[in-house]
This record gives sequence, C-alpha cells and structure tokens, in this order.
Amino acid sequence: MKTFSQLKKNLKQDFSGLKTIKVALLGDSATQFLVQALRATGYEAGYDLQIWEADFNQIERQVFDPTSELFEFNPELVILFHSSHKLLAKYNKSKPAHYQLLAENRLEEINSIISAINSQLNAKIIYYNYSEINDSVFGNYANKLEVSFQFQLRKLNYELMKLSTQVANLYVCDLSTLQNQFGKMVNFQTSVYINTEMVLSIDVLPFVAKETIDVIAAMNGHSKKCVILDLDNTVWGGIIGDDGIENIQIGSLGIGKAFTEFQYWIKKLKNRGIIIAVCSKNTESVAKEPFEKHPDMVLRLDDIAVFIANWENKADNIRHIQSILNIGFDSMVFLDDNPFERNIVRENIPGITVPELPVDPADYLEYLYTLNLFETISYSNEDTERTKLYQVEAQRTILQQKFTNEDEFLESLNMLSLVEPFNKFNIPRVAQLSQRSNQFNLRTIRYTESDIELLSNSDNFYTFAFTLEDKFGDNGLICVVIMKKETEKKVFIDTWFMSCRVLKRGMEHFVLNTIANFAVEKGFEMIQGEYLPTAKNEMVKDHYQNLGFENRDNTWILDLKSYKIKKVFINLK
Amino acid sequence: MEKEKALEKVNKIFIDVLDNEEIVLSDATTANDVEDWDSLTHIQLVVAIEREFNLRFTSMEIQSWTNVGEMIDCIISKNK
Repeated sequence: MKTFSQLKKNLKQDFSGLKTIKVALLGDSATQFLVQALRATGYEAGYDLQIWEADFNQIERQVFDPTSELFEFNPELVILFHSSHKLLAKYNKSKPAHYQLLAENRLEEINSIISAINSQLNAKIIYYNYSEINDSVFGNYANKLEVSFQFQLRKLNYELMKLSTQVANLYVCDLSTLQNQFGKMVNFQTSVYINTEMVLSIDVLPFVAKETIDVIAAMNGHSKKCVILDLDNTVWGGIIGDDGIENIQIGSLGIGKAFTEFQYWIKKLKNRGIIIAVCSKNTESVAKEPFEKHPDMVLRLDDIAVFIANWENKADNIRHIQSILNIGFDSMVFLDDNPFERNIVRENIPGITVPELPVDPADYLEYLYTLNLFETISYSNEDTERTKLYQVEAQRTILQQKFTNEDEFLESLNMLSLVEPFNKFNIPRVAQLSQRSNQFNLRTIRYTESDIELLSNSDNFYTFAFTLEDKFGDNGLICVVIMKKETEKKVFIDTWFMSCRVLKRGMEHFVLNTIANFAVEKGFEMIQGEYLPTAKNEMVKDHYQNLGFENRDNTWILDLKSYKIKKVFINLK
Repeated sequence: MEKEKALEKVNKIFIDVLDNEEIVLSDATTANDVEDWDSLTHIQLVVAIEREFNLRFTSMEIQSWTNVGEMIDCIISKNK
C-alpha cells in the first residue's frame, strides 16, 4: 500500500480518459486530506473522482437547504462522514439523563439527512460507521450499562447496518473494521487531531480511501466473480502426487488446520456466488482424488465450476477457464503458493489479481482478509446457484459437439422463457444484473433497485425481464430490456443487457420478437436502438445491425411494418 | 555538524512531501518562504519527520515553531 505522500503524487497525473464520477463529501471533521486520498486512490482504480467538499461541519446546512451548493453540484455519490470524536463531544455535552438517547438521536438525524438527500438527488450514499472510542468512564462495566458511550456507539453501528438493509441506496463503509485491523494507535493520531481537526491519521488515510474506492468500484460494476485455485500447498499441505492421499495435510494432520480453514473460506465465497475454479499442475485423476475420497476435505467436486489439472502452462489453462466462464480477466483472482507460477500468470494475463500469498500457509487467511477482494453491492439467492449453472454450461458444451446442425442442437434443448415486467420478485436480480453486466450491454446504464422501482411505476417506460431454462436446468433471469416511449410512433431501447452464459441460443432473436410484438400492439411504428461503446462491450458493437436495424443518422431504427418474426427455438413459458 | 545533518534530512523530507525539488531550507526559512507549506501540509511534514527521526513531538511543540531552525533545535533536543 502506498503512503499518503506517495499517493498524493497521483494528483498531478493526467486524469483524462478515466471514468468521471461526481462525488460530494460532507463531514463533521476536517476532510481535506481524505479528499486528496480518495481522488489519488480513485486514479489507481481508473476513476476521475470529481469531488465537491462541503465546508467543515456543514452537513445539515447543505442537506436541509434545497438550494445549497450540494444540490447544485448534483453528485451521483454522496459520502457522509460523522466522526466518533464529534459524537463523543456531543455525548460529553449532553445531560446525563440523555446519555442513553445518543444512538437513537443520531440515527434520527441520519434518517432525516438521507431523506433530504433522496428527495433531491438520485445518488448513492456511502456512510462511514463509527470507529470505537473507549472513554474509560465505566471500565468494562460499560458493556452492562446503556448510558455508557461504548454502549451507545456500538448500538449505533448495529442500527446503521439495520438501516442500510432498509434504505436501498445506503451503503455503510466499515471504518470500525479498519480500526480493528490496525488499532486505534495507528488510526488516530492526537497531534494531527489537535492541530488540524482531522480524525484520521496520515497513515490510515490510504486504507480508508481504498476501502471507499472498493465500494465505488463495486457500484460501477467492477467486482471479482471467480477464484482460481492451485491445489498442492494452497488447498492442502504437501504434494498429492508425491505424498499420496493419506499424507496430505488437512484436518488434524500436520498444519492441516490452516488449510481446512482456508477451504471453509473458499466454500463461503462459493456459497456467496463466487465461481471456484481449479488450475493445478497434476494428473487429473490424482488431483481429483482428495475431493472425492478424503474425509477432511471441505471442498468437493460439486463446489468447483471448472476443474483443470494437467501439465500445461498455467497462463494457457487460465485462458481456457476464461473461455468457458466468459467473464473478464479483471474479475478473476488466482491463488497459488508458488511465486514462479504467480509471476507467469501475472505477466501473461493482464488484469487478473494475483495476491502475494505469505510463505507460511497459516498466514494465508489473515492476509487475504486484509485485501478486501470481494466487495459487492448486491446479493441475491441466484448467486448461490451460480456454480451449478456453470457446471451445466460445461455439459451443454459437450452435447453441442455431438450435433452437426446448430438448429437441431437448439431444438433439442427444449428452451423455455418466462417474460415478465419488473415486479417485486425480480427487481433485486434485475438491479444486480444491471450492476454486473459489462459485455452484452448496449448502453451500460447502471440502475439500482430504487431506480428500477421508479421505472417500473412510470407510464413512459416498458420493462421486460426474461428467464431461460432448458432440459439441463434453469438459468434464471438472464436478460433485461427497458423501453422508453419517445413519441407516439417511436419507442427507444433505453437498456438491453444479457448474461453472457446464454449466448448463441437465439435469445437475442427471441427478445427482439417479444419487444417488436409488444411495440406493434401498443401502436408504435418503429423501434430505435443505440450502442454506447465502453472498454468491455465491443461484443455487441454490431448487435442492431445483425438484428436488421437500419443505420439512420448514427442511430439504429427498426421499421415495424416490414419486420418479420425471427425463427427461434425458445418457447414462451 | 549534527544540526547540518538534521537540516539535510529535513530538507529531503520537504522535497518529498511537498513534491518540489527546488526547496532549499535554512534555519531562517519560514512557512511564507515555501510554496504549499500551509497548516495542512505542515502536519504531513511533522508526521514524516517523526518517522524519519523516530520521535514524537508534543502538540504544543508542533504549534510553537516560527522557523525551520526552531524545528531542527527541537529534533536535536529530543534525539539526545
């Protein structure tokens, strides 16, 4: 991690070409250094954060005045920083009878700040939670006493988590965990606080900034989707080919506990929806044996979406894994104990994250915890099914090889699609897909749950969510289209994105048939489409051309009068 | 001699923190003489100096210096 002084040099770099994000930062302590650290860290992640900083201690004035500079600036992200020190100052000044209302009062304040922001802006909100201060007035007895500052502060942190489960655009950034990691001695420096009113030490600034940028990156669709694991000395201790299944260290053998706990962590990631792949230099049958037979293995073969064990170069194998999963290299993490393999992969696969695992396997987990690799801003039940989906995809690939005629293959899949407007059941998944889809995404407009609820209630927007199932299994919700009424005759495709795991099944044609029929029924005469290029969506550059839209003045038009229904092998469910 | 060495080290820290190769400090240099040396960067300089010399200034000391010479004197008095 760079120091604050090193980071600051980024501020002189050229930010042009980076994605700009308008951010407002409001704090009740001095935030000048935090602004610099955020902008400099944003640069490293590829963002040009244009930060408007409220004057010191102006949160209320800015949010409760509808004509304030905050609202004039119109940010897409608002960062709120109430410090523990100011909270303590408030506690100190209040009457002892009011001590126990501290958390409740602050929570009400936060609630009204959020409502004021949401009534004027369509922005996401990041709120830093409270790092702990023990004022040592009651000693350990503070835990038993509702009026103690510690009691109130911890209650507040807990209530904040609850609040964020209810307010869709509120995200808590966990300052308290950072202090847990480094200790208050590092997080807070009295001389800095007394001389500048800043509550974050110079040393912790880069970490706070990184934690914040992680959340911002997840908001912008950048998150890790897959972990690729080496096996020998990464997943278990020892070398399976040499030591044999009885002697690898896992469970109670040798330092097996370190590997068992590591495997539990991987399993939790898998349950969260991270795809797990294996890439090992081994004979396949030998490498698979522990997964099938070892009683202490936590990971089993059905946890692994793609299992590759051979003697080829790991960079080539990872390219192969990528071609099956169809996700970007920058969403992959490769874990290997061997520095040589790590370097080969790092040098040959641009974008992939390769952590420098510590020499001692006992340190793996503690080290990985600090990296915060798996930031996300959404979670849905479908995440837990993802591994199965990719395994099924591998089966489909095998079946496809048996058919020489593509139509026959598609027909044999018995595909069914359920088409529905957005509703309260599919909205979480629609929002999630909107955040994640990068490649098959025509305009890459990111919608949150709250945005989508607004859209689905509007008369000018028509929304479609598509599922796809076939004889191998259910892919769930895989495609979303949002159409906007432009004129009485013309309807515009505001959004069209699709999961890449259903490519080459004729889904595009099915979607077009569906929306074209809908548009005709509504009395429209043409559909307009638009492609907005990003670094990742080149795949759909010719999407509208391929579907038979005509290029008129840099926009794509489909004349519904001459539209012929396309042949598809997907039936309406 | 000791003082010169300390000044040399402090000068390097100023160059690094303020990202300005042209800074040349003397005992008489004040914040007005150095571009970007304001109350905010001051605290950054202080933290960097504390690290380099492995010492801690008190909050009062940090506010008391009127020029670089006084800062150096303070460093030397603590390093004895």
